[in-house]
Order: sequence, then structure tokens, then C-alpha cells
Amino acid sequence: MVQDIVVNGLIHGSIYALLAIGFSLIFGVARIVNIAHTAFYMIAAYLIHFLFEKLGMNMVLSMFLAVVIVSVLGMIFYRVVINPIQEHHAAVLIATIALAMVFQEIILILFKGHLRGTPPLIPGFSTILGVKIINQQLLTFGVVLTVLASVWGLLMKTRLGLAIRTTAQDQEVANLMGMNTERVAMITMGLSVMLAAIAGATVVPLFVLEPFMWLSPLVMTMAIVVLGGLGSIKGSFIGAYILGFAEVLVVFLVPGGAFLKGSVALSIMIIVLLIRPEGLYGIAFEEER
Amino acid sequence: MIAIEANLRKFMNIVRTEVIVLPSRVAVILFVLALLLLPVFTQDPYLLRILIFTSIFAIFAASWDLLSGYTGQVNFGHALFFGVSAYTAALLNVHLQWPPWATIPLGALVAVLAGLVVGIPCLRLKGTYLALTTLSFPIILLGLIFAFPTLTGGELGISGLARLTTSRVTDYYTVVSIMLVLSFIMWKITDSHTGIIFHAIREDELAVKAAGINTVRYKLLSFCLSGFFAGIAGGLYVHLMRIAGPSVLEVALSFQAVIWVVFGGIVTIYGPIAAVFILYPLMEFLRILPEIRLLLYAAIILLILLYMPEGLVPWIRDKIETICPRCKVRNIATRDVCRICDTSLE
Repeated sequence: MVQDIVVNGLIHGSIYALLAIGFSLIFGVARIVNIAHTAFYMIAAYLIHFLFEKLGMNMVLSMFLAVVIVSVLGMIFYRVVINPIQEHHAAVLIATIALAMVFQEIILILFKGHLRGTPPLIPGFSTILGVKIINQQLLTFGVVLTVLASVWGLLMKTRLGLAIRTTAQDQEVANLMGMNTERVAMITMGLSVMLAAIAGATVVPLFVLEPFMWLSPLVMTMAIVVLGGLGSIKGSFIGAYILGFAEVLVVFLVPGGAFLKGSVALSIMIIVLLIRPEGLYGIAFEEER
Repeated sequence: MIAIEANLRKFMNIVRTEVIVLPSRVAVILFVLALLLLPVFTQDPYLLRILIFTSIFAIFAASWDLLSGYTGQVNFGHALFFGVSAYTAALLNVHLQWPPWATIPLGALVAVLAGLVVGIPCLRLKGTYLALTTLSFPIILLGLIFAFPTLTGGELGISGLARLTTSRVTDYYTVVSIMLVLSFIMWKITDSHTGIIFHAIREDELAVKAAGINTVRYKLLSFCLSGFFAGIAGGLYVHLMRIAGPSVLEVALSFQAVIWVVFGGIVTIYGPIAAVFILYPLMEFLRILPEIRLLLYAAIILLILLYMPEGLVPWIRDKIETICPRCKVRNIATRDVCRICDTSLE
């Protein structure tokens, strides 16, 4: 029981961490609340399913292809739709909601409403401390940590990372220092969507695919990002594990908990916000006056 | 007799000098007349049903605009007010057999309370934090509804409510007239002293505070007012559907309100109403293509927003009317000089 909670909490927390960090990145840089974020995650998962099951491609190759295609899709969406209307925050918001609806409907038309599963990348299970852990879950956990470490490296150690952090801090000054903030925002969008796509790739063998699978992680992602503090990568990371474990604890310990998991996680978020309105590690953004 | 004649003449004079001169005002008058006269020409139950639900959602969308458009307190969980009122009305009606004219106002009052419950913790939050926090309230409630199915009916909802009125045509007149009256009240509120303070809070809360205005009170007031109007919509809806299910609290409904308002033009009240009257029947019309209905709907919204990011109605209004640079009075775009002060409109 305790071991189940730990394993499941870590897996859910890791997937949420991937999603939340991507969501937080693009919000920090371009102030876009990307409702379609988890729709990109769903698209990646379905794309892998399609490439693997229908075209018979190698699993690893199809995952790689899916991540690349979805990232490019995200950048195109930024260029074509968001960039022209970026001045109008409400319009950007609706554009991302509409895009999420478009993705959901395309999936419904192409794959119908059936539930779909994909075999794991490495089958079987291993025993750690007397707990049976499916190998795929171990792999997922490893992938997530590797990806997060490389994102951290990218942000902290490269020139691009410096540009992204600068733009997030103050877009106008970054522009004055000669940075092409629009291009930085587009690259960040690509990076953010790529993280969502990687999250999609890691859940393909673990979860069941269905056209509405983007809604519940979206709510959780938003809750995590708010809990951790908007625009803070560290906050998103910690928030993801807090809410991931909260969710799993409720499911395992409370009767009828599957219905209440969202409620409990969101209540935790509200309580934290009441005590600290800027979230755990929030950066107080300069108020635009 | 003479007094009536004088009043009539005064009224006709106002119509001639203030209404006929502006295409937007003519459009509003024609819209109201068309809505009220429609059942005289056709009593097609399907058409009336669509218009009834359109009117209900028009109230709902306008109430979101009243809160989020005017005071800038972006509320992503507007379905909470709708759903709380819907469930209250349903419980009162099914368990206590109270008639609709009692359950709907009571539901709206509970929605006002919900407005306070959401509003007080949200006073400390701003912008995106506020938006994402409000999003969570209806989801929390939805979880509770699923977790306690004995009282709330769980996934199936509460069914067997009383009808709003006895026939489709009286339903139509009740809902449409409530919609028109409430819309007028909301528009008047936004035009009043309170409305100006709402505007100011959105533009610069600090400056409003510095002017000695208790912004906390006005923010809570806007939550309560918005909750009240959305609650009336929820109560009407549940008595027409005659079932209160989890769909009244869904994230999709909250997002739908945002879509309607931004599509029609935020901070206008009339914009959201126009948007609902365009988009809701459009959605019904698209039923002829059930497979790609939502896809087309989303594509239309994306396209319109790319070209009119301020919303449809303000865009049209700017095309057909110009504002006099000197006295700020609106004029039809074809005029050369202002109708009040004769300034050139070039």
C-alpha cells in the first residue's frame, strides 16, 4: 500500500512536472495562458499510437518523430495565430481554447471515441524493496528526470537559456538589449510544447488514450503552476509532486476517492494561495500600469 | 388627453433625434421587436426552444462580462454560479415541491452567496492567479457531487423538475422578457456610478484606492451581482431542461462564457448577447454536419479573432459609426459633420 502510493505518486508527479514546467515556461516568457498545452500532449500520444500501431514503425523512432512534429506544430501555431493577436490577452486565451477544441475534434474524427492502449516499451517488472514495479514506470521516471535536468541545463548554462530567462524577467528591456523577443517566444513555445509532447510519449504505454484525456491534466497543470508560483520552474517542479502525491493518497485512502482526487488537489492549491497569494516560489511580476 | 399627446410627442421626438440617427440603436430596437413578435408568425417548437436557450445563455454570458470584463477580475469558473443555482433550484423543486417562481430567485441568492465564497478568498489574488484559482471552484464542487450521489444524483443528476410554465410559447415569452429586462439592468449598472468604478478598478486599482474608494467592497459587489444574474440563468435553464446534471458545472461551460464574451466584444454587455445570438443558433445549425460541428465552430472563432481581436460587435460598430472628436457623441459613418456640434468628422 505505502509502496504503491510512493510509486504512483512519483509517476504522476513526474508527468505533471513535465507538463507544468512547459506551461510555466511559455507563461513566463510570453504571458500566454496556453489552454491547448495538454491538447499538444494528447496529440503527441495519439501520434505515437498511430505511427506505432498503424504504420508499424519502431516505438522509439515513432516517439522521436512525434515529439519533433508536435514541437514544430506548436511553433507554427505561435507564428500564425498567437503572434498577430498577442496584444489582446483575452483573444489569445480564446485562440488557445479554440485550438484545444480543434485538436479534440480532429482526434474524435480520426480515431473515434474508442479507448486505445499501446504495449510498453520494455515489458515485465522488477522488484525494488519488495515492491513490484512495472519496468515502463521506472523508464518513465528516468526519462522525466533526464529531460528535466537537460531543461535546467539549457536554461541555466546556454545563451538561449539566458535569453529565455531575460525575456521572462522583462520583455521590453530584453528587446532593448538587442534580443529578438518574438523569436525567443517562438522557441520557448516550441520548447514548452516539446515538454508536453515528451510527457505524452511517456504516458502512451501507461495510460489509456481517449479524446478527452487532455482536460483533467490541464486542470491539474494549472493548479500546479499556480501553487508553485507562475513562471517559477522550481515551484512547478515541487508543486507537481505535492499535488501528484495528494491525488494518489486520496485515491488510495479515501473511499470513492477517484471522484474526489481533483477536489482535494485543488483545495490544497486554494489553501496555499490564501496563505501565500503569489504561490510557493512565485515571482511578483511587475504590475503593468 | 393633452398630457398623453404631449408625452407621446416627446417620445416620438426622442425616437427621431436619438434612436433613428444611429444604426446601432436601430439594430437594438429591431432585435427586441423581432424577438417579441416572433411567436406571432411561427410557433415552431424547435425554433422557440433554440431561442429560449439562446436567451438563457445570453444572460449567462453578459453576467461574465459584468464581472470579468468590467472589473477585470477574470473568472474562469463562471459555471459555478450557474451550477450552484441550478442544483439549488432542482433540490428545492424535487424534494420540497416549491414552484419555479420561488426556486429560481432562491437559486440566484445561493449563487450570490457562492459569489461571496469565491470572492473573499480571491480578493488577494490578481490576474492569472485569480483566473486559474476561480477555475478550480466548480471542479471541486463537481467532485463532491460525484462523491455523494445519494443527495445529488451523481452522474445522472436530479430529474423530474416542474416545467417553467405550461406551454412552449409562454416559456418563450417568460425567458425572453426576463433576458431583455436583465440585460437592460446589467447595461444600466455598467453605465452608472458603480459601473464607472468597475471600469476604473480594471484600469488601475491603485489609483481607485488612492481616490478613497473601497475597492474591496466594489469587487465583492461585482462578484455578487454577476453571481445573481448567472444564477437566474442557471435556475431558468434547469427548469427548462427539467434535469440538473453535472454538465451545468463543467469546465466547458465556463470556457463557453469566455468564448462568447470575447467573440462578441468584451466590456460591452451588448457584445456577449449578440455573440450568443449568433453562435448558439450557429451551433444548432451545424448539427447538419454532426461529425465536424465543433471543429467548424472552433475554426470560425479562430478566424474571426484573427481579424477582429477586439470582438465582432465593436468592430462592426466602429465601421458604421464614428465618434465626434470634439463632443464625443456617436454619429453614423456617412455623416460629414457631427449631429450635435457641427464639427467636421474627418
